[in-house]
Amino acid sequence: MPAPVLEMRGIRKSFPGVVALDGVDLSLQPGEVHVLLGENGAGKSTLMKILSGAYRKDAGEILINGATADIQGPGDALARGIRVIYQELNLVPHLSVAENIFLGAAPTTWGGLIDWRQLHERAARLLADLGLAIAPAIPLHRLSLAHRQMVEIAKALGGHASVLVMDEPTSALTSREVDQLFALVARLIARGVAIVYITHRLDEVYRIGHRVTVLRDGRHVTTRLLSEVSVAELVGLMANRDVGEHFPRVRTMPGAELLRVEGLGRGDLLADVSFSLRAGEILGVGGLLGAGRTELARVIAGVDRPDAGKIFIDGQAVRFRAPADAIARRIGLLPEDRKAQGFVGDFIIERNIALPHGRQLAPYGLLPARCEAAMAEPLVQELHVKGTSAQPVRLLSGGNQQKVVLGKWLAGNARVFIFDEPTRGVDVGAKVEIYNLMNRLTASGAGIIMISSELPELLGMSDRILVMHRGRIQAEFQSADATQARVLTAALGLAS
Amino acid sequence: MTRSSRLTHARQFGTVLGLVVLSSVLWALTPHFFTVPNLLNVAQQTSINAIVAVGMTFVIISGGIDLSVGSIVALSGVALGAALQGGQALPVALAIALGIGVICGLVNGAIISWGGLPPFIVTLGMMSIVRGAALVFTEGRPVSGFDPLFRSLAAGHLGGVPAPVIATMAVYLVAHVVLTRTTFGRYVYAIGGNEEATRLAGVSVRFHKTMIYAVSGLVSAMAAVILTARLNSAQPIAGTMYELDAIAATVIGGTSLMGGQGSLAGTLVGALIMGVLRNGLNLLGVSSFLQQIVIGAVIIGAVLIDTVLKRHRN
Repeated sequence: MPAPVLEMRGIRKSFPGVVALDGVDLSLQPGEVHVLLGENGAGKSTLMKILSGAYRKDAGEILINGATADIQGPGDALARGIRVIYQELNLVPHLSVAENIFLGAAPTTWGGLIDWRQLHERAARLLADLGLAIAPAIPLHRLSLAHRQMVEIAKALGGHASVLVMDEPTSALTSREVDQLFALVARLIARGVAIVYITHRLDEVYRIGHRVTVLRDGRHVTTRLLSEVSVAELVGLMANRDVGEHFPRVRTMPGAELLRVEGLGRGDLLADVSFSLRAGEILGVGGLLGAGRTELARVIAGVDRPDAGKIFIDGQAVRFRAPADAIARRIGLLPEDRKAQGFVGDFIIERNIALPHGRQLAPYGLLPARCEAAMAEPLVQELHVKGTSAQPVRLLSGGNQQKVVLGKWLAGNARVFIFDEPTRGVDVGAKVEIYNLMNRLTASGAGIIMISSELPELLGMSDRILVMHRGRIQAEFQSADATQARVLTAALGLAS
Repeated sequence: MTRSSRLTHARQFGTVLGLVVLSSVLWALTPHFFTVPNLLNVAQQTSINAIVAVGMTFVIISGGIDLSVGSIVALSGVALGAALQGGQALPVALAIALGIGVICGLVNGAIISWGGLPPFIVTLGMMSIVRGAALVFTEGRPVSGFDPLFRSLAAGHLGGVPAPVIATMAVYLVAHVVLTRTTFGRYVYAIGGNEEATRLAGVSVRFHKTMIYAVSGLVSAMAAVILTARLNSAQPIAGTMYELDAIAATVIGGTSLMGGQGSLAGTLVGALIMGVLRNGLNLLGVSSFLQQIVIGAVIIGAVLIDTVLKRHRN
């Protein structure tokens, strides 16, 4: 085996409250496509951000061509020939292809002006080298997404990359475009470039990958030759997390149907989704990022309008034109991005809790003295929100912020709660508190839709689990039948 | 007292302190400053900017900006003048003037909310359209000469206090209650603090944003009434640069251009600082050219101090 071009050894990185990487190794041969696999949150992105200099590692070492490389920032990574192609491309839409390729490094004349002729010649040569039929003078925004991606790759190679990281490059491409991209990848490895390839599409992995490294919970699980490992084995390796956490789910006899959706669809994001939710039930919704779970939550909460399908509350068909309509039907959404969507950061707790209930508190618009406090205080006590009543909510911890968002809906006697990633950004102690609150909600006859990317949470708290893939429901499990491997298999779009 | 309101109070205390220091300096420099007639004069001159700044404060707290207020002052003023000279009764003429202000604000707000355009662009366009409308309507000529009853809106007194000052206090009192004690006031802050979260809380952000610009149009029209009465003339070029004075008073008063934070008490003190400064510089015989430079420096200085303090606090 030739000497590795890149070696990462014992990489460690922790963020407040969570160890993201715990001694991860990765080694890359020149001319290799090395697939990096793992669930959401397994540590793939963190590892690549350390490689590209976006994060600093806490411990471990990085060797490039056998020599220790001290990567302190993005500049160091670029100087060592490491390039990352992110899902959101770093290109300027209104500049030409050639200008984008040489952005910040354009050849200049002796007067300091851009040497346009040389710029276009060099861009044309580079594109031809890569076998790309793209005119250098064309404005970037007129290209398809696949071609833009190839321009980004050409830009990376213009600076002589030796390691190229591709993060889910095919997620938005058609199958013909995928073929074009893979042809380019084949030419790159023939030139000796080493590629780290991150994807969730296991079918692709075998088409272009040589070796695979699986990460799980920030740990290195295995590195294998793809010719020696089956799809089923890979899924097993990704899934088999130890369920160290305790999930205090208290099951309740499901009662009457609270909510039913039939054939719900919206654009490319959601298609033909049907299910029902009963009182006392936690319905888990699993799937990968971009599977349409958040879109489903937004449609049910009246934030986005569906193109197709129907929503029934207590057996009655309803149409939501705005979030207020869903709130009036006692549906409460606890969004994934709490800071951007869940609360007003400058507002104190009571004002956030009272915000959806203005009409109830002040029928004529004039708020009676302390009416918001009177509404909020019992909830603050019941939910054990820690923080003074005068503290802006942005200064509270993640767990307490989540309780404030919950309090907002409890104040309106909501009966259907949609928790989108209920414990993201919440520390371990507060997680259990949130789970206990969910138990109390279901015990009192509420129904919960819980979207979660954390398999242990999904399996530990749900009574039933829907798994979504590309906007559709791929599989449904009763909690007794669900295993991590089965849920993950469905989430990856493989037959279940 | 609660912690966040203590911070707000500390900020307002700073603005008040600035006003006190400024007044003390002027008192020391010129004997004419600290006299009852002069102070009433300052209050009267400040009233128009102070009233326009009420609407600006609502708009800026909600995360927007309204550049059309000066033009609305002009159009409402000439409509009022024409109505009075056309023989309309005073209440009818006032209703026409205020109605025009509200309509201009509703147009601003509707385009911003439903068209999804930035407030800066929409109100910049309206600034030109409304000004043009005032010029077209009057063919560029002022409408002058009104009866004493109307002029008493500016020249009248109540217990020695000029009518415009009383009007200003009334507007601030009502607006303060609206901003702090009504659901509408809460939504103004909520929209400026986090528009998306406010929308997801079931608040009709579009409707309330439109109303916020209507408030701005309404108070601009009120300022037009006082201005027209005081000058005994309605001019299509009235109110030029009022938007900048109103923004300055709001910002000096501690309202954040980022939205979500601010108060009317601060804005009132901010307007007084600008009024006292202009008056004092006049008394000291500082040329009006130089005055512009001083006022510009005060605006930047006030916000700079605010920013530095905020950074320090965090």
